[in-house]
Amino acid sequence: MSTTEILFWFLSALALAGATMVLISKNPIHSILWLIVVFFAISGHYVLLNAQFLAIVNIIVYAGAIMVLFLFVVMLMNLNSDTEPQKNNWLKIAGAISGGSLMLIMVDVVRSAAELQNKTAMVKEGNIGLIKNLGKVLFTDYIVPFEIASVLFLSAMVGAVVIGKKESGEPANM
Amino acid sequence: MPIQYYITLAIVLFCIGVVGVLTRRNAIIIFMCVELMLNAVNLMLVAFSKMHHGAALAANPNTIAGVEAQLFVFFIMVVAAAEVSVGLAIIVMMYRNTHSVDVNFLNRLKH
Repeated sequence: MSTTEILFWFLSALALAGATMVLISKNPIHSILWLIVVFFAISGHYVLLNAQFLAIVNIIVYAGAIMVLFLFVVMLMNLNSDTEPQKNNWLKIAGAISGGSLMLIMVDVVRSAAELQNKTAMVKEGNIGLIKNLGKVLFTDYIVPFEIASVLFLSAMVGAVVIGKKESGEPANM
Repeated sequence: MPIQYYITLAIVLFCIGVVGVLTRRNAIIIFMCVELMLNAVNLMLVAFSKMHHGAALAANPNTIAGVEAQLFVFFIMVVAAAEVSVGLAIIVMMYRNTHSVDVNFLNRLKH
């Protein structure tokens, strides 16, 4: 078993265990911390696939910005206790069965697909994930979507401020 | 690495996210499970990108085939960041109105 395979299996196990813990943690803060573990494992996968730009962006944007935003909201609402009165066990069972069925069907399709037999993802080599190649394509062929993304961010920023603004007639009890 | 390993990993992560959305009632955890699904899709796109790059590299050693998939992942991250900011603002507003983040309280469009 080569080092690459050991790393692949380790990162996969870490991602799956983290995702499961996100699901079954009672405390929302623990869920967020486990989700950060999942994001780091996925970034590890990106590094293994030599997509280094995406690995760094994944850590900065997801683990750095988005998860801190989640933590901030959870702590702002003082939700760090078990605030989820879950009494409907049938709901859990039905959700697990339907999600599991979806997984079984998709895994079976992938395993039996003729187009995917003997195809390999190139690991540890290839330079399309480096920032030089990505930047060249991004700023020549994809410059219009890149600029539209700035408009999207502006509208998201305005929308978040408008939605999150306290109404003037509302008592300040939060 | 066989591409099927990566696809299977992405499918399992995606389905864990689906189960989370279906079973949990806390709006923040549902939102986090949506992020988990987005990341599973990103992982699969990067794996496919490397698969096509490896296949194209045999014909032309200077090719950059497959770079579009990684840019697609980049744009997914951009949209996810915008989505999270608006979604968390909506959750904060919901908490301010109902003093809870349980989505079972949101069964009416008007209060």
